This record gives sequence, C-alpha cells and structure tokens, in this order.
Amino acid sequence: MTSYADIALAAVLAIPLATAALLVVFPGYRLTARLNVLAALATFVAAASLFVFRPEAGTYLVVDDLNVVFIGLTTFVGFTTSVFSASYIAHELETGRLTPVYLRFYHAMYQLLMFSMNLALIANNIGLMWVAIELATLTTVLMVGIYRTHEALEAAWKYFILGSVGIALALFGTILIYLAAQPVVGEGLDAMTWTLLIKRAGDFDAALLNIAFVFLLLGYGTKVGLAPLHAWLPDAHAEGPTPISAVLSGLLLNVALYALLRFKVLLAVNVEAVTPGLLMMILGLLSLLFAAFMLYRRRDIKRFFAYSSIEHMGIIVFAFGIGGPIANFAGLLHMTMHSLTKSAIFFAVGHIAQVKGTQRMADIRGLSVSHPALAIAFALCVVAIAGLPPFGVFASEFLLVTTTFAREPWLALLLGFGLLVAFGALLWRLQGLLFGEPEGPSGKTEASLVPIYMHLAIVLMAGIWIPTPVATWFDQVAKLLG
Amino acid sequence: MRGLQFDIAHLLAGMLVLVSLIQLYQDRLQSLINVFALHAIVLSLSVAWQAHIQGAPHLFVTALIALVFKGMVIPVVLHRVIRRLGIHREIETVGGIGLTMLAGVAMVGLSMVVMLKVTPGADPIAREDLAFALSVVLIGLLMMVTRRNAVSQVVGFMSLENGLILAAAGARGMPLVVEISVAFSILIAFIVIGIFLFRIRERFDTVDVGALDRFRGDRQ
Repeated sequence: MTSYADIALAAVLAIPLATAALLVVFPGYRLTARLNVLAALATFVAAASLFVFRPEAGTYLVVDDLNVVFIGLTTFVGFTTSVFSASYIAHELETGRLTPVYLRFYHAMYQLLMFSMNLALIANNIGLMWVAIELATLTTVLMVGIYRTHEALEAAWKYFILGSVGIALALFGTILIYLAAQPVVGEGLDAMTWTLLIKRAGDFDAALLNIAFVFLLLGYGTKVGLAPLHAWLPDAHAEGPTPISAVLSGLLLNVALYALLRFKVLLAVNVEAVTPGLLMMILGLLSLLFAAFMLYRRRDIKRFFAYSSIEHMGIIVFAFGIGGPIANFAGLLHMTMHSLTKSAIFFAVGHIAQVKGTQRMADIRGLSVSHPALAIAFALCVVAIAGLPPFGVFASEFLLVTTTFAREPWLALLLGFGLLVAFGALLWRLQGLLFGEPEGPSGKTEASLVPIYMHLAIVLMAGIWIPTPVATWFDQVAKLLG
Repeated sequence: MRGLQFDIAHLLAGMLVLVSLIQLYQDRLQSLINVFALHAIVLSLSVAWQAHIQGAPHLFVTALIALVFKGMVIPVVLHRVIRRLGIHREIETVGGIGLTMLAGVAMVGLSMVVMLKVTPGADPIAREDLAFALSVVLIGLLMMVTRRNAVSQVVGFMSLENGLILAAAGARGMPLVVEISVAFSILIAFIVIGIFLFRIRERFDTVDVGALDRFRGDRQ
C-alpha cells in the first residue's frame, strides 16, 4: 500500500515538473495545450489517489488531513483551468496578443506554477514551503507581465515588489519559528520539520512564537491579499491572461492561506502564546468591508472580481480567526466554494472579454441577447458568489454569520453589513452586464462551458447536500484547527 | 575568548546596520550602488565570522556567495545598466533626508525593543544578531517605500534580503536548505528584475516607477 502512495505523492510533483520541461521544447500550440491538459489531468488523478492511499510522513513531504483537501482542490482547478486555457489561448493567438514563443513559455510556466503550489502544500519543512511559495510568486509575476503592455508591466512590477516584501517578511517569521523550536527540538533539519514541530510546540518560547506569527501573518497575508496589503492583487488579476487570474484567485491565495493556517495550528498548541485569532479577525473584517465598498467603484470587469476575491478572502480569514469547530468548518467550506466559483467566474469573464474585445464594464451590455449560453453560465456563477441559495457559498456564509451572532453579536453585524454591501454591488453590476441593448463588437464564441458547469455542479451540490464522509472529514480538520 | 567572539559578531552586525543607514541618504544612483556593494561585503564578513564561531563550514559558502555575487557581480552589472539607461548622473528626490533618517533610526530602535524583549532566553549572539537583522530588514523596507526609481527599489530589496541572511546565519544550525534557497532566490529574483528593467527601458525609456504610475486601471 505504501508504495502506491509514495508513487502517487512523487507523481503529484514529478508530472508538472517534467511536463514543464517538455513544454519548453515542443512547438505548436495545439500540441502543447493538449499536453498541458493531459498533464493537469494526470496530476489530478495522482492527487485524488492520495485520498485513498496515504503515504507516511517523510522528512520533506507529508500528507495529512489538512493538506489533502487543498491538494485535491488545487489539482482539480488546475485541470479545469487548463481546459479553459486551451480554448482561451487559441483566441489570443489569433488576435495576435501572444506570439507562439510566448505561448510556449506560458504553458511551461503554467506547469511550473502547478508544481510549486503542490510542493508548497505537501512540504513537511517550513523552509521548503517558503521556497515553493516564492517560486509560485515568481512564476506568476512572469505570467502577469506576459502581454508586455504598459499596464501589464506595471502590474507585474507592483506584484513583484509587494510579493517579494511579503515573502521576505514570511522568511523572517520562518527563521523566528526555527529559533523558537531549536532549543526544544534540537538543531538542524528537525527544527523545521512540520510533524516534529507540532508535537513539541507546547514547550516553545511563547513570546518568540507570537512575534513570529506577526511576521508570518503580514508576510503570507500579503499573498492572501488582506486589506492593507492587497494593492498588487487587482492589477495582477486584471492585466494577466484570464486563466492566470482564475488560478491566482482560486488557488494561489489559498496556498498562502494554507501556510498561515499551518502556523495558526502551531500557536494553538502552545497555551501561553497569544491567540492568533484576534489579528486574523481584524484583518479579515477590514478586507471584507474595504473590498465590499470598493466594488462599487470598479469599471474593469476583471478588477471587479479581483476585489470580490479580496472580500471573500477576508471572510475566510475572519472565519478561521474566530475559530471553533463551526466557524472553522464554515471557513473550510467557504474556501472550497470560493475557489470553485471564482475560477468559474473568471472562465466566463475571459470568454466575455474576448467576444466583446474589452474589459470595461460600461462597454459590455446585453449579453443575454447576444450570447445567451454564456450569459446564463455567467449569471449563475455571479449569483453563486453573491451568496444566494441554493449554492454552497450561501451555506458557508450562513453558518459563519449564525455562529458569529451566537458568540460576538457586534462583529456579526459588521460581517452581515459587509456581505450585504458586496451582494448589492454584484447584483447591480450583473444586471448592467446582462440586460439592455447589446452594443459594440460582438465576436463569435467557441467558449467551452464544460469547466464552468463542472464547478457550478459541485458548488450547487455542496449547497444542498454535503456527503457524510466529506462532512465528517471537514469536521475533523475543523477540530484540528482549534 | 567567548567575549571576543561575541564582540566581533556584534561589531560586524552593527556595521551592517550602519551601512544600511548610509544607504538611506544616498541620492545618486552610482553612490547608492557602491554603498550596496559595501553592504554585501560587510554581510559576507559577518556571515563568515558566524561560520567560524559556530563551526559551521557551510556558512562559508553563503559568505562567499554574498561576497562574489552581491558584493561584486551585481554592483558591476547595475553600474552598466544605469549607464546604458543614461540615468547614472541623475539625482533622486528622496523627499526629506532628515525625515527618512529619523524614520530609519526609529526602525532600529523599534527592532531593538521588540527583539530584545521577546528573546531573553535565547543564545545572546543569536539574539543580538536577530535584532540587528530586523533593523536591516526594516530599513530595506523603508528604502523601498521612499524611493521611486526602479533601480533603487531593487537595491532596497537586496539589502532587505541581506538582513534576512544575517538572521538565518545567526540562527545556530539552521539547515543548509534555507541558505542555498535564499541565495538561489536572490539569483532568480535578480534575473527577473533584470528582464523587467530591460523591458521597462525598452517600452518607456524610463525606469522611474513614478512614470508608470500614470496608469491606474480604473481612472482611465
């Protein structure tokens, strides 16, 4: 059994890495796009098998209850995004926004990004995790700047500078964790190995852990896109290719959040350390309220949904901050739902921007007349992310609001207020985009709606009925998170 | 002997903070790059000393990388870049040198207060090293915030990373993985930045980030 598990674990890392190398060599976009999809599918299959066969924790890699769902989600969305990307990128090639050489580079970077995200998730060493997140940042910087327009370069530069500062602060936090662990666990590799840290965290120096967490929160929080540190996020989403916006919002933010959760668990084990919840609650609420109001002033459709991502990340961080089994459950559920829904939205937005030839929302109207199929899929996605029943986002938001009401009524008011403000912005914009007289250019679409509906189906199912094994598993992880 | 070891480690780390402060008030790119080279050399000395007193030979590699790569190669390349871009004589408006310096001193004070307070139990060398390292990191951040020129932002970022390496070196027995990765990431980061600078130059004939700020997606 173990050998299967080890092979699967190796495959999750080796397939993307090997494919990235292959994609650099192969010419021709049809071949490379297909290879990209195939590799992503194979990675997903390997990752799914980790649910069944679980390998033993090694020095460098580990699979446990917490990260297995992140891996599953990442590889799944990675696969559907590659399907979307194949249809999207053909159009970019036709319009001449990308040249074949850049396309080759794009596909290789896509797989490298998958590799680094998977590595960050299964790393058992906090240093290795940091390296992987840094690699993921660098690959996305390159992809954001791939169109080489004025705007794209500025976005990439801003992302690079802010991302690097964040990642530097996170490294400082990681070093502090090592220093806290070193007297207890001993010198060397052991004091950075996750599974050993968590066992002994109770004896660590609490003051050092506290200060380390502040750095980690600011550092990885920048990557999550929390409010005062979010400036890179809207630009990076708006100027890069849309598949990258989908991966950024759906996956990379999650990976950074996962890193944060790991350290939160570490602090939860230590009774003397400050409860990290308060800081996370403040930052989460701030992000939610700030982004909710900013939604009204957006004119660019991708920027608009980028702000919506900040809003939802705020909700998730708030949920994990308030803690307790129910709020953690809501946080996990919301995270999964947001990943699926938001990436589906970006799939739809990508096609819309292509057929209309613009990202300005004022120039996009009457989609329901000109492109009915696309409009319906898009409308369903926006309704889902706005938190209307019967979709899964409603379930998680409802859980969160009720548990917050029971414990911190005042905060629940703020939370509910933020949710309503964002809800209004989403529906207002949706109406403007869907109805009215169609105007401006209106290209034919060869949109592949399959990935969108795949995501929506899961989101819908989670809203109506969560299978018992999944629910029990979420429960377990929620307890683990404290 | 212990006392001397400690004093030298202290001296070198303190010098690094001092050079960081000197960086803050350089308003010419050429002199800024020269001071950065000095920064990297002081770092390599400091790391080498740590390697010696900890008996950790792998740290000598880190010191060597700092010396050769950051102390020599990067400054030379940067000098060539700014000359080619024709900005080597330019004077930056740093915006109130006195104020920036005060902020820098405040950063040093802040990191002393924070780090010394929370680490009473730690090994004294590691502890003071960490306080100095945090100062260097914060001053690097400050520099990135106050500068508008892309090249000086990059220099600020690299001196920030120098602070991180100082912290990693001070942590006794920190695995090699991290040191190599840090050095490696700097390399990658530099390549990325190099590409970007090249492109920015190619497109806009300026490396002043302020010029890029004209564009704000939603204010078109």
